Amino acid sequence: MNEPTSTVSMTVNGASVQREIATRLSLVDFLRETLRLTGTHVGCEHGICGACSVLLDGDPVRACLMFAVQADGHAITTVEGLAAPDGTMSVLQDSFCETHGLQCGYCTPGMLIAAHALLEQNARPSTGQIRDAISGNLCRCTGYQQIVDAIQLAAQRRGDAVSLAAQRGGDAVSIAAQRAGDATR
Amino acid sequence: MAEKTSPYGFRYIGAKRRTKEDPRFVTGRGRFAADVQLPGMLHVAIVASPYPSARVKAFDTTAALALPGVRYVLTGAELCAAIDPMYVGVDAPKVKRYPLADGLVRYAGEWVAAVVAETRAIAEDAVELIEVDFEPQPHVVDPEVAVRADSVKVHPEHGSNVLFHRKFVWGDVDGAFARADHRLAFRARWGRSATVPIETFVAVAQWDAGNEILDIWASIQMPKYPDQVARALRLPGNAVRVHFDVDVGGSYGVKRGIKHTLLVAYLARKLGAPVRFLEDRLENMRGGDMHGPDRIFDMQVAFDQDGTIRAWKIKALDDVGAYAGRSPLQLGKPVSAICGPYRIPAVEYEPTSVMTHKTPQEAVRGFGQAPTNFAMECTIDRVARHLRMDRLVLRRKNLIRKDEFPYRIPSGTTYDSGDYHAVLDKALAAANYDELLHRRDEARRAGRLAGIGVSTCLEPSGGNSSFEPLFNPKNETTTWMDSCLVRVDLTGAITGVFGTSSAGQGHQTLVATVLGEVFERDPAGIRVIHADSLNALPSNSPVGSRMAIMLGGAAAGAARQIKETLIAIGAHNLGVGVDGVTYRDGDVFATIHPEKRLTWDQLVEIAHRKYHRMPPGVEPGLQAKFVWEVPTGGTMPTEDGQVQMYPCYSFESHVVYVEIDPDTGKPVLQRYVVGHDCGVMINPDIVHGMTYGGVAHGIGAALYEKFAFSDDGQLLSGTFMDYLIPSALEVPEIRIVDHCTPSPLTTFGQKGSGEAGYLGGPAAIACAINDALDPLGTEIAETPMSHLALWTLIRDARVKPQLKDAA
Repeated sequence: MNEPTSTVSMTVNGASVQREIATRLSLVDFLRETLRLTGTHVGCEHGICGACSVLLDGDPVRACLMFAVQADGHAITTVEGLAAPDGTMSVLQDSFCETHGLQCGYCTPGMLIAAHALLEQNARPSTGQIRDAISGNLCRCTGYQQIVDAIQLAAQRRGDAVSLAAQRGGDAVSIAAQRAGDATR
Repeated sequence: MAEKTSPYGFRYIGAKRRTKEDPRFVTGRGRFAADVQLPGMLHVAIVASPYPSARVKAFDTTAALALPGVRYVLTGAELCAAIDPMYVGVDAPKVKRYPLADGLVRYAGEWVAAVVAETRAIAEDAVELIEVDFEPQPHVVDPEVAVRADSVKVHPEHGSNVLFHRKFVWGDVDGAFARADHRLAFRARWGRSATVPIETFVAVAQWDAGNEILDIWASIQMPKYPDQVARALRLPGNAVRVHFDVDVGGSYGVKRGIKHTLLVAYLARKLGAPVRFLEDRLENMRGGDMHGPDRIFDMQVAFDQDGTIRAWKIKALDDVGAYAGRSPLQLGKPVSAICGPYRIPAVEYEPTSVMTHKTPQEAVRGFGQAPTNFAMECTIDRVARHLRMDRLVLRRKNLIRKDEFPYRIPSGTTYDSGDYHAVLDKALAAANYDELLHRRDEARRAGRLAGIGVSTCLEPSGGNSSFEPLFNPKNETTTWMDSCLVRVDLTGAITGVFGTSSAGQGHQTLVATVLGEVFERDPAGIRVIHADSLNALPSNSPVGSRMAIMLGGAAAGAARQIKETLIAIGAHNLGVGVDGVTYRDGDVFATIHPEKRLTWDQLVEIAHRKYHRMPPGVEPGLQAKFVWEVPTGGTMPTEDGQVQMYPCYSFESHVVYVEIDPDTGKPVLQRYVVGHDCGVMINPDIVHGMTYGGVAHGIGAALYEKFAFSDDGQLLSGTFMDYLIPSALEVPEIRIVDHCTPSPLTTFGQKGSGEAGYLGGPAAIACAINDALDPLGTEIAETPMSHLALWTLIRDARVKPQLKDAA
């Protein structure tokens, strides 16, 4: 191969990486194929579906629309970087499990990235703000309902954790439970 | 986290419990086909035809082969000579399909050659360097033209574009039409869309030359996949090992992927290296062969003044595109619910499957039922409008009553159970229907276009595939079994094994919950694995809303065998008969002396190590398999096409409130409620999730999504900028109200639910939109009901009276 190459240095999930890569390599291919971080997925490769979302210096971006060289010198966070270093799931990840905010899991990493970025900026988003924040991430399994529930639950739990004084009588799972609880037999 | 207890009195079934699958996905540890990385793996890119119909005269591959990193260029001539054609679902042996065109291209986007290179990027570069000499031929894209005898032929050797045509008549249809007070006829049209998963098709193949085994990792959901791959490659079935433990990134019916698999399998064997093909989105949309039904319905209905429906006639012309596959069979499934949930004693059904020069159709969620439900519900609403009768009164009058089950419909299928009136009432109550009526009327008074839609639809589930013999006399398929193997190892841990892949349906949770229920052991500790196809038991894959019924039933059957063995071991060692012991939480004790007991661990130890303590004639080791046949399956259709096709019938009633912006045609769904009865839910979160997702698919099909083709056969919506998938802003908050009528035919009373939401959604949305348009005196019976289509109708309705006035 005589492809032009470049050297890129960036921080990925807190670790410094430096690689010699094909200059035309997209960021998502760099993450998936070069670094083998396969949690980030590829859905449309034209910037619509959001499956490839990662955080670039804290902001969600489409890794399919960027070249890896454009991320040179920046900090990237992928879904693999959302959990604590000891592997404990973040409140958001755990909330997705609680409300079953996913099915096939393919859009999930991108959804988590979008939701994580939202909650970092807005600790108590309304349902409308949640829907707006994930509207750049397409999901074909869930109809978004349990994803919205998960993000609401995570916001509530994060809030509860921050403010012990604001201890509430309601169970943290009440949102999901309410929705599932229409069953009357 | 809190676990809500089962509303059905089970220990685990029906309880709110986390799934087994979710943690790996939220931490980025799923393993999808594109994540499979094999040493020395090569990559494929496709050369596709720009013409809908053309002869492939010659290739110039010189420049491509000269590009560093390019290993091979495969053309149709080589591949078609080396493998057998792919499976055809109807009796049409001359409609041959290969992964690469056999010299004649039949749709724009059809694959004509494949480039293999060291990277995907190089392979794609090389595609640009290949020159193909095409000789364009005449083409046909209109199904009503294609069906004519004098039309251009997509497969000239077949002699016609018609793949299947038959007129079924069940009951005295003509008599009913002659005697009824009223008759109506209209046309409904279901546009071409699909469930379009976010993951495209991916297939990886490796030829293990030492063992002469083909290893496959693919993103698939396909009945008989290993067998079809083996047959086409002229290999024995035991030379194909499909790794079903690959996570599939969504399918909803479409991930069939046989051609993708054959291509990489052939190349891997030929080149002696692992080969991967990963579709890009445009390839997926135009050449992935996953477009859904594309139908014209000519509906006729005969009914009396009091609203009693006497008979209907359904004529369905389905445009399946350029090849057959299983697509014609999607006209077959509706036979199993041909009168919907209504008491209609006489039905005529005339399906025609016709080929055109378009991307081939494949199975889509519901297998042809969603379009049919849409057409049937549009019919019910038209009858109501014709009689100026309340739609709910009309529905309640004709819905099959709770006390009439099991109910045999004219086409020979018996519905197992249901309480349609109760589910409809629950949905209306949850939607606050009376308040909605008030709101709609207020909106209308304020000059807005507002409407309420209600649908009452069936989901046939647990399919036994008897549309195959119905649509192909040479096919005698009467079983569509599924199976499970269960073992308890020496440590006492339980493992369930099954032989198909999953695409988000939560099969591991399903099996673990069922095993936990039977063994009375916590499902959290139960492992469930996907065996590869050489280790697996018979399976027909998760199609036709069948896994809760079939895999659930198989898992329970296998677990019960092991439980019987444990009871026999306990009884033998306690010195009492099996009738004198009780099994509880894994322990076996003497019923009248509970202190005389053997624990789970002791029973397991005996079964694995202490043959001297085993009852005579009982097999040591704790392993059992169970192959579960579809309940009510096993019979061939009658001469007049009556057949029991599905055992279980789930029911859903949607209530939708819509307002349409008259200036833009944009409909906004302001309230969405689904009443749903799929019997006993094994995991309510999973069932609700699939239902929400089905509704979203329904919203897409009803309002946004269309694989549009130009008159010259070009796909116009090959990207997500033209093919519009609803986002969280288009899909409203959805409320589900559950109801449970257990099936008498299944292990725990469960029915299927994988197609829920999608089967009643488009019907209800169409109903709401037509209610909104009603004051304008206009209506629509075609999907997608796009903004433009609605805007045009609204404008015409407003302009016409003015023109009349002017005249």
